[in-house]
Amino acid sequence: MSATQTPAGTNSLRSGPDNRGRFGIFGGRFVAETLMPLLAELETAYRATQADPAFRRELDYYLKDYVGRPSPLWFARRMTEELGGARIYMKREELNHTGSHKLNNVMGQILLARRMGRTRIVAETGAGQHGVATATVCALFGMKCAIYMGATDVERQKPNVFRMKLLGAEVVPVTAGAGTLKDAMNEAMRDWVTNVHDTYFLVGTVAGPHPYPEMVRDFQSVIGEETKQQIMEAEGRLPDAIVAAIGGGSNAMGIFHPFLDDPEVKLIGVEAAGCGLDSGLTAASIERGRPGVLHGNRTYLMQDEDGQITEAHSISAGLDYPGVGPEHSWLNDIGRAEYVGATDQDALDAFQLCTRTEGIIPALESAHAIAYAAKIAPDMAKDKILVVNISGRGDKDIFTVAERLGVKL
Amino acid sequence: MSRIARRFASLRQHGRGALIPYVEACDPDYDTSLAILRGMPGAGADLIEVGVPFSDPSADGPTIQKAALRGLKGGSSMKRVLEMVRAFREGDDETPIILMGYTNPIEAYGPERFCVDARKAGVDGLIVVDLPPEESDLLAGPAAAAGLDIIRLVAPTTPDERLPVVFSGASGFVYYVSITGVTGTRTASTDELAQALPRLRKATDLPIAIGFGIRTPELAANAVRVADAAVVASALLNTLETTLDEEGKATSRTVPAVLEQLRGLADAVHAVKK
Repeated sequence: MSATQTPAGTNSLRSGPDNRGRFGIFGGRFVAETLMPLLAELETAYRATQADPAFRRELDYYLKDYVGRPSPLWFARRMTEELGGARIYMKREELNHTGSHKLNNVMGQILLARRMGRTRIVAETGAGQHGVATATVCALFGMKCAIYMGATDVERQKPNVFRMKLLGAEVVPVTAGAGTLKDAMNEAMRDWVTNVHDTYFLVGTVAGPHPYPEMVRDFQSVIGEETKQQIMEAEGRLPDAIVAAIGGGSNAMGIFHPFLDDPEVKLIGVEAAGCGLDSGLTAASIERGRPGVLHGNRTYLMQDEDGQITEAHSISAGLDYPGVGPEHSWLNDIGRAEYVGATDQDALDAFQLCTRTEGIIPALESAHAIAYAAKIAPDMAKDKILVVNISGRGDKDIFTVAERLGVKL
Repeated sequence: MSRIARRFASLRQHGRGALIPYVEACDPDYDTSLAILRGMPGAGADLIEVGVPFSDPSADGPTIQKAALRGLKGGSSMKRVLEMVRAFREGDDETPIILMGYTNPIEAYGPERFCVDARKAGVDGLIVVDLPPEESDLLAGPAAAAGLDIIRLVAPTTPDERLPVVFSGASGFVYYVSITGVTGTRTASTDELAQALPRLRKATDLPIAIGFGIRTPELAANAVRVADAAVVASALLNTLETTLDEEGKATSRTVPAVLEQLRGLADAVHAVKK
């Protein structure tokens, strides 16, 4: 079989969204009229790049020589031995430039923004990974950059805030709401609607109005395409399961999508359960939310009876979002992917397990995926293969982890 | 004929433009917002927009954001908003009421039940900020069945070829978002408005209201010189905010201050002969 991208047929699960930007009932384009013509323009420009081999070549060049792709697929021998079950492989997205999978998407979109003649970039960020990635490519291409970040997140992610400033970005703390990712997203949308003439809104996850979920997924699918090829080389067959953490869901969508039509591969998205799925302090939108409309798309949302969006909670700023990408909502409803939760404590334990056994300090986001993998691996036979997406590195999180472990830095 | 159509027909007959003030439900509490709502027709409101508080008003500027949060804190819910309209209708059967808000609280309530209950409460039209024509099938059927007007937003970025899409299924009036931006920030210039309106008139026979950035009697009068109505929201909410005590509670000045400002705006609008 081909290890690279195969064209999706009509019976394929990879052919979405439809022409309204829908994945089943999810997705769509729920934005103010001011933005509708811009989304149409964006979609037209994106379709043009898809049909243009020169764009692909340009993107491949930057992915290889600047981002550092392909990222390795690492056989986690000591973790596998310690857990005593399935063979665990780690997709090393934390080795990308800027330390996470975020740059895959950002690189694609910045090239698109340049083609569209935009000179200024706005973006939202939670943990700061997307903000850093965006500020990085803005430095690379000499573009103006404003990053909206919740004031709470500015406080708990100081190293990334400093990085963004060094890179020349303006970091705007957002005090509305709880001052986290959802509020930063609102504020970035307000900036965009105000500065439509020169500004490109560089969305960091597989959410937002069509075509963002599709476009971000396409740019992140390089993760899954490489994984497919690498696991075929290493094991001669596809994995039994792929586990990835879900906030908005871009790293998970990127590694899942090339496998959607391979039913033998189980796809597992791990949401941040926070203090527990039923604690009221959780970010598990699929497991504890219900469908609604926010930030331009219909998807599973944490909300109260009246349709007011509730605050999410997670130890990981990058997962602290009350929604999820619409394609995940759809994959959940049709049963193609399974969505589970890992708590703050599970993530902390997995953070240490990964660091101790593999010498890899994972992001707290990725630690949620590792936690679930560590939970199921022991019950799987030794010839089973489990791939975990290590979406980012954990240097940014050492302060949070130290505090939780009672260590003063 | 709907209340909205009737009101615009009557205004036209008298050669007058309309002032459409905005009140956020339960801001800062139910009784105060109801008192403001009840006082609005007497202070010169021709139609009234009632804001439905939403936790994430991403198309609104800081003023309406704060009002929405105060409204939620003040106990707002869709049920409460409809109660407020029902209470208003007990004393006023003529002034059209338009609910303005976001999709999710309507979806959470259930679009069909919402339209039926809103109509029963005395609501005449709906402005749903994040529900463009492409997504409007969510409400189009239920709203038509209940007899509610769907008021469409049109923006400076809307190209001519898109106008028919925006106006298909529109009724009541058309809301021209006069700037690219959020509510309560920049103001469109007289030139910008003079250029925009003929473009819209060519595409629709519905009355046109101008909103976003209208904060003074002069600006409101300018708006109705070219359009049929002026919408004023943030300016009134700013006034309301200045009357609140340190804990954000209403004071004896709250209702009179808002209505007095409204009177000044309405007088300026009604002085324009059309």
